[in-house]
Amino acid sequence: MVPLLLGISLAAFALIRLAPGGPFDRERQVPPEIERQLNAKYHLDQPVWRQYLIYLGGLTRGDLGPSMRYRNHTVNDILAAGLPVSLTIGLLAFGLAVGLGVPLGFVTAIRRGRWPDQWGSLAALTAICVPTFVAGPVLVMVLGVKLRWFPVALWGSPWHLVLPVVTLGLYFAGRVARLMREGMLKTLPAEFIVTARAKGLSEGRIFWRHAFRLGVLPVVSYAGPLLADLLTGSFVVENLFQLPGLGVFMVNSSLNRDYTMVVGLVLLYAVMLLVLNLIVDVAYVWLDPRVRHE
Amino acid sequence: MSEPADTRHAADAPRTAARASPTRQAWRRFWQNRAAVVSAVLLAGLGLGVLVGPALSAYAPDAFVGGQFEPPSWRHWAGTDVHGRDLLTRVLVGARLSLVVGAVGTAVSLVLGVLWGALAGYVGGRVDAWMMRTVDGLYAMPTLVFVIVVVTVLNGLVEQWEGAGGTAVPAVWIRTAGLLLGIAAVSWLTMARIVRGEVLSLRTRPFVEASRALGAGTARIVLRHILPNVSGVVIVYLALTVPTVMLYESFLSFLGLGLQPPQASLGSLIAEGATQINPIRVYWWMIVAPAGTLVTLLLALNFVADGLRDAFDPRARHPGA
Repeated sequence: MVPLLLGISLAAFALIRLAPGGPFDRERQVPPEIERQLNAKYHLDQPVWRQYLIYLGGLTRGDLGPSMRYRNHTVNDILAAGLPVSLTIGLLAFGLAVGLGVPLGFVTAIRRGRWPDQWGSLAALTAICVPTFVAGPVLVMVLGVKLRWFPVALWGSPWHLVLPVVTLGLYFAGRVARLMREGMLKTLPAEFIVTARAKGLSEGRIFWRHAFRLGVLPVVSYAGPLLADLLTGSFVVENLFQLPGLGVFMVNSSLNRDYTMVVGLVLLYAVMLLVLNLIVDVAYVWLDPRVRHE
Repeated sequence: MSEPADTRHAADAPRTAARASPTRQAWRRFWQNRAAVVSAVLLAGLGLGVLVGPALSAYAPDAFVGGQFEPPSWRHWAGTDVHGRDLLTRVLVGARLSLVVGAVGTAVSLVLGVLWGALAGYVGGRVDAWMMRTVDGLYAMPTLVFVIVVVTVLNGLVEQWEGAGGTAVPAVWIRTAGLLLGIAAVSWLTMARIVRGEVLSLRTRPFVEASRALGAGTARIVLRHILPNVSGVVIVYLALTVPTVMLYESFLSFLGLGLQPPQASLGSLIAEGATQINPIRVYWWMIVAPAGTLVTLLLALNFVADGLRDAFDPRARHPGA
């Protein structure tokens, strides 16, 4: 895991350096002496490989360095401030996606070809065709501005969470439902299901105890990257609802050439992805007996 | 699409000469899928609409032709925007751009993804490991950051050229190319993985060994024997790539990273509409027109993709049986 993270940090570091311009471009023109001092403070006067080594040195002490855009803030500060917001929204949206998607996919699979499947599959397909930047403004317009049921922006009471979470969760609920349906449809014709039927088990028991365990596997493997995505914040949702999360930084730091911020965020995402994928692997072994016996 | 005779020898292909080739059977199944065919026709209609629509429209997409924020009327079917431009014309032009980006991104994913995956899977060993680690590495980047960096690098280059005295090609074109390249750079990864997986299992099949024994070279085996056999999976995945790529484009344009105003794309039109949301007056058409178009396009594309998958993927064919 450590070499992989090293590689990713190096790649992110190199990639953002390839982009033309620097973090201080948008400032008003400063005298050359001050610019030199600025560059010296952030080690930008050193060769790039040296800068990377300095960065790695900080990293071993858990220090992600100073932000080059937000003066007097370290990347650690900004992450610590934004992460709780993004985690809350992300976890709730994940809960919505799984809580809605898994039952929907399950029902459409076991009622394949009949009306619950036709309507349910249409709903799931529609959900994946409505990206968050469409669902968000529409929800704000209808439920927020027109009907005034929910506050349209900012961060405070639990009511403020409803629209962002629904906006973010619905799209992924559709994806989860489709994966769940596909997984179930692949599992249902399997021989061990036929055996279970032959043993005289009830349909409910077959579906829940036997088919579900394997049918949910595609959802489980999708859950890792999905959760990593959701927990690091969504730019669209945070931008639209004016939430102080990390998703906004993800985009703005690359645009502002805030080098340390970009690498810090990429590393945060990568760590989450790796840890979550590890959990997914463990869940796989627990759910699928075939993996266990290999 | 003609099927080379060699695939007949694949273990699971039907052997009787009387039956149509698997590919032809698959297309027949596709045409029997009502939702998919209706969507395909709808897509063709929309495609025609965005091609000839702007020319038929009485308004130019960038011209200020009406009052500010006029609701839909006979003069302006989809209303007008903040500058009094005809929204329908802008939506049509934007949809055309989205479709072009979708097509080009998909073409890159087809050529680069298929060749990369086929080569890695067929040659195997160290080459395979090296090629697939590259793909994994690109995967581990947050896609958004990656695309943003590629797009800004290209935009920076454009500015340098412009500063150096300009080029024969208009900067708008180069910018569009930058956007396309950025999207294309991430859109081929999944295709490469899928094709490699298929090729890995195909290359040990008897018919491949047979042609190798007959003295066929790597290029011939890959192009003539292996690729035709992955065509089903490739078609299915291509159909899924088009909506994904279009989503990327709309998203980037929504962020303001796509094309520069006054050029329109569905994403930037939705973003314009979203900025006009306020508690006093609701300009619903500014959201509904571009968003409705985008959602309809995506729905139709996904229906077609689902139809293709049901028709081409042998494992998805009779699941309930």
